[in-house]
Amino acid sequence: MNASIPKLEFEHVWKRFSLARGRELIAVQDVSLFVQANEFVSLLGPSGCGKSTLLMMSAGLETVSEGVIRVNGRPIHGPGRERGVVFQSYTLFPWLNVAENVRFALLKSKLERAEQDQQVELYLQRVGLREFAQAMPNQLSGGMRQRVAIARALAAQPEILLMDEPFGALDAQTRLLMQDLLLQVWQQEQTTVLFVTHDVEEAILLSDRIYVMSARPGRIKAEIPVDLPRPRSLLETEALPRFAELRQQILALLRAEVQL
Amino acid sequence: MDKRPSLLELRTTIPAHWYWGAGMSLIALFLLSWVILSGLGLVSRIFLPSPLAVGQELIRQIESGILWQDALASLYRITLGWLFSTLLALPIGILMGNFHFFEGLFEPFIDLVRYMPAVAFIPLTILWLGIGDTQKFAILFIGTFFQEVLMIADNVKTVPREWIQVSYTFGLNKWEVLRKVILPAALPGIWDTFRITLGWAWTYLVVAELVAANVGLGYRIMRAQRFLETETILLGILIIGFMGLVTDYLFKLTYKRFFGWAIQSR
Ligand SMILES: Nc1ncnc2c1ncn2[C@@H]1O[C@H](COP(=O)(O)OP(=O)(O)OP(=O)(O)O)[C@@H](O)[C@H]1O
Ligand SMILES: [Mg+2]
Repeated sequence: MNASIPKLEFEHVWKRFSLARGRELIAVQDVSLFVQANEFVSLLGPSGCGKSTLLMMSAGLETVSEGVIRVNGRPIHGPGRERGVVFQSYTLFPWLNVAENVRFALLKSKLERAEQDQQVELYLQRVGLREFAQAMPNQLSGGMRQRVAIARALAAQPEILLMDEPFGALDAQTRLLMQDLLLQVWQQEQTTVLFVTHDVEEAILLSDRIYVMSARPGRIKAEIPVDLPRPRSLLETEALPRFAELRQQILALLRAEVQL
Repeated sequence: MDKRPSLLELRTTIPAHWYWGAGMSLIALFLLSWVILSGLGLVSRIFLPSPLAVGQELIRQIESGILWQDALASLYRITLGWLFSTLLALPIGILMGNFHFFEGLFEPFIDLVRYMPAVAFIPLTILWLGIGDTQKFAILFIGTFFQEVLMIADNVKTVPREWIQVSYTFGLNKWEVLRKVILPAALPGIWDTFRITLGWAWTYLVVAELVAANVGLGYRIMRAQRFLETETILLGILIIGFMGLVTDYLFKLTYKRFFGWAIQSR
């Protein structure tokens, strides 16, 4: 693998939505960014700045108005199995139990049935839900559902995991637990993550780099490398002085944004 | 807390004996007032025969075989008429709900026709098809198909976009997404649509039989009116109501059995 070719790359990407009466909304303006292999990168910005739009475009679920998105150096056309997505809303299929939901990710995989079973079990274990394999989604709490969604996305063994505020709907306590879990899973999996959030602490805790976005039109305002040691954990990392500094720096950027 | 739970809490289930007890009491009250009204002779028997008279008429119809003959004729018509309508509404509704093209193709036409009252087609269908079963099928079809298509299309559209998107990221193509996600997700709603449209079909069937038929539950009612046999009319109405109730419950029971997951996630 060539280290100079990023896993995921945006080159001068624009997204325009046409509105009623011929008007047009620029949701994403001239965004260039990259994510290296095994890197954890966050997109951070206020509501409506185009984070989800960027993520959906990299998933191939939304078209690009202008510019190119590349994966491993090749332009993407539509969704693909090498890019997994975890959505903010609950996307488990309620008529399938937990294990069947995870196995759904393997519908198009070439693995044998027995290997699929192993894969399902492995990833349920990674997110700590092995005992819930036979449970139905509506018997699970919100946090558990998102854990299954993460297990399902990972089970397809994507090269890049795209996450759109996966913990946005969870309460503060659960959210913290989920961040720790995601750190663990990411360190075990050594996968590439593009993570959307509007939570500054969450972005710092998890990321190698953060792209801070500004709203209307959505642009990249700054790129912040997070030079905190790994492995990280919630309690220890947040106690570091450097964590507070980064937090101040990013909050200042965002505050300037709101005043504009 | 040992506070006794109130029977009137928003969206809260109550003990089954209260739930069923309340429903049965209302029906009992209804029957009781009928007994009292007719028993006291407050209303002439021509207008309101006693439950006993209706019961005797029921026995007479069972013994003479008229009841089976009428009920079978009506059941046959409603089953086939509703099936025709449903077998066509299902694929078209699914196409309309999934593909903008088919929505554009069918919706203007369906919107045009669905406001034409089905009942007003009765004279025309008699002219075209006579007064046999085919004419009943036609009225049932006109009465249910157009609404049913739109309802099925709506059932399909309630499937969250993210469910479809997430399936694409696992490499499924659109036909696989349709089969593995959209259809299973929409099926409970579609099942409910079946139940509701079958209810309408009963109404249209009886209307069609009232106007022109020589057998069937609606026909029996129309004939009785000519001879002021009020107990026959009441019996006919009760039987139609009862049969509607039974079909409705069959759909509800099968819904619970097949789509338990949909009840809990509502
Ligand atoms: N399908 C669409 N049609 C028109 N406008 C859209 C569409 N999708 C998004 N937008 C607009 O594009 C902008 C960016 O939306 P997007 O959902 O990407 O924001 P976001 O940063 O994810 O916000 P949030 O944090 O609230 O999720 C918003 O102004 C939104 O109204
Ligand atoms: Mg969003």
